[in-house]
Amino acid sequence: MATPRPVPSLSLRVLAECERSKARACELWLPHGPVLTPVFMPVGTQGTIKGLTTEQLQNLGCSICLGNTYHLGMRPGPELIKKAGGLHSFMNWKHNLLTDSGGFQMVSLVELSEVTEEGVKFKSPYDGKEILLTPEKSIEIQNALGSDIMMQLDDVVSSTVTGPRVEEAMHRSVRWLDRCIAAQKNPEKQNLFAIIQGGLSPELRKKCLEEMTKRDVPGFAIGGLSGGEEKNHFWKMVTLSTDHLPREKPRYLMGVGYATDLVVCVALGCDMFDCVFPTRTARFGSALVPWGVLQLKNKQYANDFHPIDQSCECPTCKRYTRAFLNTLYKKETTALYHITIHNITYQLTLMRSIRESILQGRFPQFIQQFMETMYVNKEKYPTWATEALASVNIILE
Amino acid sequence: MKLNLLKVVNGCRLGKLTNLGRNKDKSMEFPGCMLYTRTGSAPHLTYDILQTIEDLPLVAQITLSTLAEYQEVLEDYKQGIGKFVGMPDSVFYCSLQDPVTTCPTGFNTNKTVSVWGGGGRLEMTPLKFISIQHALQADWFQCLSDGEVVPGGNSRKRAKKSVDRSLVFLDECLRLQEASLVPKKSVMIGAIEGGEVPEERLRSARETATRPVGGFVLNGFQGDVMDKNNRLKLIAAVTGELPEDKPRLIHGVGKPDEVLECVERGVDLFESCFPYQVTERGCALSFNYNYQLNPETAVLDPSEIPEPEKNGESPDDNEEPDQDRLQMTAFEISLSTKRYQDDFRPLIQGCHCYSCRNHTRAYIHHLLTSNELLAEILLMIHNFQHYFGFFHAIRQALKDSQLPQLKDLINKQSL
Repeated sequence: MATPRPVPSLSLRVLAECERSKARACELWLPHGPVLTPVFMPVGTQGTIKGLTTEQLQNLGCSICLGNTYHLGMRPGPELIKKAGGLHSFMNWKHNLLTDSGGFQMVSLVELSEVTEEGVKFKSPYDGKEILLTPEKSIEIQNALGSDIMMQLDDVVSSTVTGPRVEEAMHRSVRWLDRCIAAQKNPEKQNLFAIIQGGLSPELRKKCLEEMTKRDVPGFAIGGLSGGEEKNHFWKMVTLSTDHLPREKPRYLMGVGYATDLVVCVALGCDMFDCVFPTRTARFGSALVPWGVLQLKNKQYANDFHPIDQSCECPTCKRYTRAFLNTLYKKETTALYHITIHNITYQLTLMRSIRESILQGRFPQFIQQFMETMYVNKEKYPTWATEALASVNIILE
Repeated sequence: MKLNLLKVVNGCRLGKLTNLGRNKDKSMEFPGCMLYTRTGSAPHLTYDILQTIEDLPLVAQITLSTLAEYQEVLEDYKQGIGKFVGMPDSVFYCSLQDPVTTCPTGFNTNKTVSVWGGGGRLEMTPLKFISIQHALQADWFQCLSDGEVVPGGNSRKRAKKSVDRSLVFLDECLRLQEASLVPKKSVMIGAIEGGEVPEERLRSARETATRPVGGFVLNGFQGDVMDKNNRLKLIAAVTGELPEDKPRLIHGVGKPDEVLECVERGVDLFESCFPYQVTERGCALSFNYNYQLNPETAVLDPSEIPEPEKNGESPDDNEEPDQDRLQMTAFEISLSTKRYQDDFRPLIQGCHCYSCRNHTRAYIHHLLTSNELLAEILLMIHNFQHYFGFFHAIRQALKDSQLPQLKDLINKQSL
């Protein structure tokens, strides 16, 4: 169909596949170095992970993070970032970057937005001017940002919407993908990912998969989920998508970041994940632990001299007690940085453990143990997770 | 604690404090400053970032007002403030008030001093005060004193009362400290009060000097209430009354030119809330303290020197000058100003701090205008390192007998 990419700016090597489920461990080579999958990608909306230096992020073992095209396109703007030598140079991040298309923020943040065949029309929240984001414009901005992975502009509808609007959005997303491919100016250095749409309808998803996999794109994202739909629908759409995606290309499940969701969706065959949850919840004083969440601002931690998690190797757990973080949280922003560092470590460590268990052929056992630690007894396991895992031959005891 | 005086030049003291810390194995040179902390934490900085800062002071300043409400937690913890806040290797000095926060006045009595924490007003009797100090286990602490400065300055009567009360508090705290069974006793730093009244300042200095305190803190010089010349005269008069072998701290003086004036009047140790305040208004310290270079030839490219900004210059075209910009000094540049939008140079050319090695003015401008937390982190790193470097330069200039050159350089920039 489309012309083949001149130089491979992405290569994926599948290192191991789970014998029972669809889980896989890969090595993904991108222009700014290798990424070991399954991988969680922290979100740095405005060219920074809130409260962390890029050196700290690198020291935590992060090899890819996100930037938001909508925010960066508005401020400081693509011209300035281009002048700075791209987003990597502007924020001084030496590893990989993924940028979204900007479409999602427009639909979620901006009330006055209108979608036409041309693009998404909205009023700038900064100066009230009317702006049209077309597939071409989105790619132009992302080309200026210089991200390693760019996302196509897709027609996003809420996952709770049903009816003809979903079908329209799916077909339009396919047409917009073609416009994005045509507009892409930098295929040897930047990878454009397609986004599978189709709401919660298996037929539409299948149709979208059929169309999009005909295009020669370096990778695929599963979009339009994680927006408040029932988990039962969610996992079925995920597993349907991975069933039809090519083995040799990376699969990115957008907007997923809860620990259980990550474990289950790896089993369903996804490689890459992003979510604001771990960093956002940190700023509300919530620390992620293998058995759930600690609300560090709560009074019960005022005299608790244990670290957040005894088994955690992060700089926060090595130095500070829950009591100190409880004290600091009420007064100083530094508390948020300590918790953010811990939560990112939690996410990256979880993904590393998943990966190692796949490589060592004991992923099903890993899940079993993960669920026991997280939910203590079987009655508390979420039904959807048990069912999703059973669909890929992992039966929880 | 031991004080070795190496050199006294025109009133400036160069020396070393030794036998510091838990194991009495640490030392620091003076003139110097202490690390400003908030709730026991360097503002905006995690421990790993703090450790990248050059010339980091050994002594960290904590404030009773922000920590008093955690007395029970710290009593329960038992291991002292240093370990609790994750800085077990620092030496801690506990002052009564936070130097950045202005407190309501008129609440002190003959029996109590009020401090204002997160939970509101806390009344300190000497007994309460000493019991908190025992929970904190700081290495040094400012003794309970009545140091409030009312707007418009204190009257002669009020100044006399503050000296009387502070001496009573001091004797009572010394008695309680002596009688206590706490094994590791912190060193008490006597506070010199007396407002703007020379006789009262002298009386406070003389009387405090007769007590068994480990050092002195010149209190009540913060703010702009006092006439500058008057203030300097008072400082000189006070240090003249103090024994040579104990350190002299001062509260509320932080601008580079004022620091030098106090060094010349025999002050040894300063706070470092000034770089914090600069950070909070979105500014970066930019003054030059490299006195060894001839200022005429030192910098080859004049475009590399940030132009000093005038107070009140608007960051954006239509914006009114706000409080922050009115507070700005000649020693800093404001990164939220539009002119830095596409300025891809570091904050200060040649600066070795993490922020200058890794980031540009344009990026910090972007972070500030986007209200991103990293802006304060990067500015705080730079401002601390720049300020600590300034104190290093003061000590070097004293060793090289070149303080006048440094002072000249600083004064030229203060205009």
